[in-house]
Amino acid sequence: MSGAKEGAELRLVTPGEAIGASSGVRAGTGTLIMGDNIIATKVGWVNNKNGVTSVDPIHSAYMPRSGDLVIGIIESVRNNLWFADVNGPFNGLLPMSLAPWKVEFGAARQQMDIGDIMLARVQEVDEAHNIVLTMKGVGLRRLKEGIMSEISMNHISRLRGDEDSTLRQLKEVSDCRIIVAENGRVWVDGDSDGISFMRTVLELVRNDGHMATFNASLEALIEERRNA
Amino acid sequence: MGGYGDVQLLRDDGLRLDGRKVDEMREVKVEAGVLPAADGSAWVKHGLNVAVCAVYGPMEAHPRKIQRQDRAVIDVRYNMAPFSTSDRIRPGFNRRSREISKVTAEALESVVLVERYPRSKIRVEIEILAAEAGTRCVGITAAAVALADAGIPMRDLIVGVASGKIEDTVVLDLDKAEDNYGQADLPMGILPTTGEIAFLQMDGDLSVEEYNTCMEYNLKAAKEIHELMVDALKRRYIEKNGGEA
Repeated sequence: MSGAKEGAELRLVTPGEAIGASSGVRAGTGTLIMGDNIIATKVGWVNNKNGVTSVDPIHSAYMPRSGDLVIGIIESVRNNLWFADVNGPFNGLLPMSLAPWKVEFGAARQQMDIGDIMLARVQEVDEAHNIVLTMKGVGLRRLKEGIMSEISMNHISRLRGDEDSTLRQLKEVSDCRIIVAENGRVWVDGDSDGISFMRTVLELVRNDGHMATFNASLEALIEERRNA
Repeated sequence: MGGYGDVQLLRDDGLRLDGRKVDEMREVKVEAGVLPAADGSAWVKHGLNVAVCAVYGPMEAHPRKIQRQDRAVIDVRYNMAPFSTSDRIRPGFNRRSREISKVTAEALESVVLVERYPRSKIRVEIEILAAEAGTRCVGITAAAVALADAGIPMRDLIVGVASGKIEDTVVLDLDKAEDNYGQADLPMGILPTTGEIAFLQMDGDLSVEEYNTCMEYNLKAAKEIHELMVDALKRRYIEKNGGEA
């Protein structure tokens, strides 16, 4: 969702800045209708698509939505439920009924303890931002190996590429298993050489993810790795 | 507050002691994203005032009693560093910093779309590194840039500016001597796009005409500072982006 998309008209706006007239267009995310104008509410790039004017923010916090794949870190454990930090304003709740194991009441710690990392899906978010997670589903599990890293929310699409093309390439050249979760967390597992390469890639995403030169830099890294 | 009659604050040529005209502001510099550990940050230098602001969140509001079910709370901590003035300030919260934290939070609440984040807290830490009158205004300006830098949705930026009265003359942006020995001080938090006022305090007496002149000066200064704030926010990405935006 970066503004550095090739060929697109690039316009950086700040909160309060008028983007255009509100008549005939709908106000999308990152915007607000004020009088006859659509104004930006975040620092970001203007995006006009299908009659909807929105702002792709440069920085934004993760706001969980139902169905999101997230990587969570267990923060506290009760007798029959876990609370996980999902990189959002509120912790997600994983009840025993939505966990993949059956354990006795009071023995939740035997499966996942504080500090453990897990792959889960957001089952439900209510209007008060209570988040319910589920681990019932294909591939949802506790992540016991590999490394976990965080990237900015707006860099996720850059790491994935169009229809996950970049991600597939990275998986191929690094020979690693990679999961890019919707909450900005990335899990990588493979041999140490592959993980080291992916650390370099993630560093590049963090530093240059919003730049127009990002794709070229990433291509160069991938090419270098292929030729090594 | 009648001022101190024997202190001369205006020169014979009509300029102020530091050579500024009555409607001239001190030099302002703004930088965004100066602290890597914060979600958003800003550095503002206004004359000899220097403020750094860090924003964290939105996060779950703790303790729970401060949570609002329908909106976020903005938790502002304004603090002057012990070395910020010529007399050492005792570190920690005091009556003045508590008051400024409160009024700053209320000013910011009027621009931040707090209803987007129920039960959350947005933490705003304002640290005054050097003080030379008008630190609450500098703090508000820094907080607005830091909030925008953190990606917190806002309907406008907010600019802190002040004007006042010295020797029966209305002047913009009081410096230390003018603040200490002047007759009145009128700090404001202005929404530059709409001209709305989100914060206003007055120390001293002003007539209606003088108040109107102060308003006029403050609105003009707010627009100038707003341009610098926007420039700081954009420059951060346009420079990194190879100047292509």
